[in-house]
Amino acid sequence: MVDSLNLVFSFLYQFGDAFAFLVLSACGLAVIFGMMGVINLAHGEFIMCGAYVSTRAAHAGLPMPLAVLAGAAAAGIAGMVVEWVVIRRLYERPLDTIVATWGISMIVTQGVLILLGPSMQGVGTPFGSFSVGGYSYSVYRIILMLSAVAVLAALWLMFTRTRFGLLSRATIQVPHVAEALGVNTNLVYSLTFGLGAALAGLAGGLYAPTMTLVPTMGASFMVEAFVTVVVGGADIFLGTAPAAVVLGVIKAALTSWKGQLAGQIGLLIAVIIVIRILPRGISGKILRERA
Amino acid sequence: MNRNLTNAVSAFALLLSAASPALAQDAKPIKLGVLEDQSGDFALATIGKVHAIELAAEEINAAGGIDGRPLELVEYDTQSDNTRFQEFMRRVLQRDKVDAVFAGFSSASREAYRPIVNQFDGLAFYNNQYEGGVCDGNMIVTGAVPEQQFSTLLPYMMEKYGKNVYTIAADYNFGQISAEWVRKIVEENGGKMVGEEFIPLGVSQFSQTIQNIQAAKPDFVVTLLVGTAQASYYEQAGAANVNLPMASSVNVGQGYEHKRFKAPSLKDMYVTVNYIEELDTPASKEFVKKFHAKFPNEPYINQEASNSYAAVYLYKQLVERAKSTDLAEIRKVIAQGDVCVDGPGGQMCIDPKSQHVSHTIHLAHVKADHSIEFPQKWDGIKPYWLGDAGCDLTKSDPSAQYSPSNPPPKS
Repeated sequence: MVDSLNLVFSFLYQFGDAFAFLVLSACGLAVIFGMMGVINLAHGEFIMCGAYVSTRAAHAGLPMPLAVLAGAAAAGIAGMVVEWVVIRRLYERPLDTIVATWGISMIVTQGVLILLGPSMQGVGTPFGSFSVGGYSYSVYRIILMLSAVAVLAALWLMFTRTRFGLLSRATIQVPHVAEALGVNTNLVYSLTFGLGAALAGLAGGLYAPTMTLVPTMGASFMVEAFVTVVVGGADIFLGTAPAAVVLGVIKAALTSWKGQLAGQIGLLIAVIIVIRILPRGISGKILRERA
Repeated sequence: MNRNLTNAVSAFALLLSAASPALAQDAKPIKLGVLEDQSGDFALATIGKVHAIELAAEEINAAGGIDGRPLELVEYDTQSDNTRFQEFMRRVLQRDKVDAVFAGFSSASREAYRPIVNQFDGLAFYNNQYEGGVCDGNMIVTGAVPEQQFSTLLPYMMEKYGKNVYTIAADYNFGQISAEWVRKIVEENGGKMVGEEFIPLGVSQFSQTIQNIQAAKPDFVVTLLVGTAQASYYEQAGAANVNLPMASSVNVGQGYEHKRFKAPSLKDMYVTVNYIEELDTPASKEFVKKFHAKFPNEPYINQEASNSYAAVYLYKQLVERAKSTDLAEIRKVIAQGDVCVDGPGGQMCIDPKSQHVSHTIHLAHVKADHSIEFPQKWDGIKPYWLGDAGCDLTKSDPSAQYSPSNPPPKS
């Protein structure tokens, strides 16, 4: 009885861990893709920006939560600059944004390597560990799970309960009408892109203590982020969240059964199946049925 | 941008060699191709190799070059990308017509370029520790191999901590073949493999792996993790309080994880290296001093930097004794079996049968505060396996890679 409870806990922990990683790495990408239709290949570099800035801030003596927020803010500002300088000129050409953001990604990775060197010392994972039935777990991973849920809740409140949320949804749905009604659509686009980048930076800041800090670190988030967004479709609440649940179960189950390789293969097979039967992702399916 | 950068770098190297006053103006330079990953996932461990080669070249040129000829470096950034290795290997051998090439970090990249070296009958130095087994007359391998690293490390660990072993390894030829070696040596010494997991390159999240390890209850974990993403394992295992001793042939010595992660996540990691910068010998201190004089901001001088540095001197000796850069002449010198240099970590001699190198192997132990102690060393450990298994490059050149489960055919 105790043994099976331990097993249940360990599965829930692993599922929660996979879920948190999928949600946090994907939500920035989902906001930018879902709301603006821009496929942002520099997503990983915003994550890296958040990780680097928050680590620097923590080294400088800022408490951990503030350091993470500083990382998110820095990535958000960087995102708004990128939107203003590059993305704004390419809204009518979605395919070109792929190439442009890919270029930005390479410039940033190599630029950081040249300017800041090949790695940065981490701050170490805070909060220690706890044990349940023979296994020991990191407390910080629980914080990551709670953060993922908090991010989803905050985004939901922002998009449904605030004026910015209303204006941005209006702009995304029918931009010309929103503009005719006096919405500053340029500002909305800029803020939305900044929000997406800030969410990426938040993911970077949160995962920075647990990872190796190198200019290419963003790449290790990219597969999970894209898989989640593709499976979820354009809507962050009807898409990203359920997709992360489904993929988290698949990944945790396969990895505990046959190791990391099986987990990775499982994720990719899930995408292939979803693209085949739900080309617009989970949210596309839900929204179509509702309409 | 990258092409301009590499051109600029090779132009800079040219300037360096041209600036050397001791050389006869009409002596034709000896060209050394340098294909290393100066960007991408492996750059962290390989930028130091390039610097070490530049340091050796500068010293050699200042002292009159190789047999009176200046040494000229032709550098390209291979971007941690196997197809770049193939592209640039063709370029240095065909267009730049280099006399020898120093190339490669990952075993995947070495296997990508090796057929091209065979095709043009070039000479390539692979200055990296690896999974062993390359029996190829066009290659000289200066890095340590499993029989040098594991046959020393694993018996020590099993005696000290116990006989139940768990391996986590990067999922490509290096990790797979190294894990096979671990299995073989653990079984030969009466131990038991309680688990084995292969991790795809680029994976950075290890929660489930950590739990799988805890479930198997090993006495120690062999970590054969490669690339910066996989190095996240130590931080995550430390945070989850796994608290098991670790043994490795690659970590610390290449990616200086003990410098990058906060103590004590690498506590009780044991690595067999033929060099790392903490090594407390006169030769090592001298090397570190020279290195920092030329590259004051070098974050760490790793094993591969030392191998690359020594390899330039091995090549110098080969060319001077052969009185030629011709491969057949050089291999006649190797066949004499007495080509040795004193590297920063100890004496290195080329074994004629396998064209691999003998090493002094140092056991490095990472302590709780991430300082290093060296509880043991083994002198003159030979790369014996290939020769014993039947590879003899003085007689025939199969240009193939072998492993314990796939040995050379008995003739």
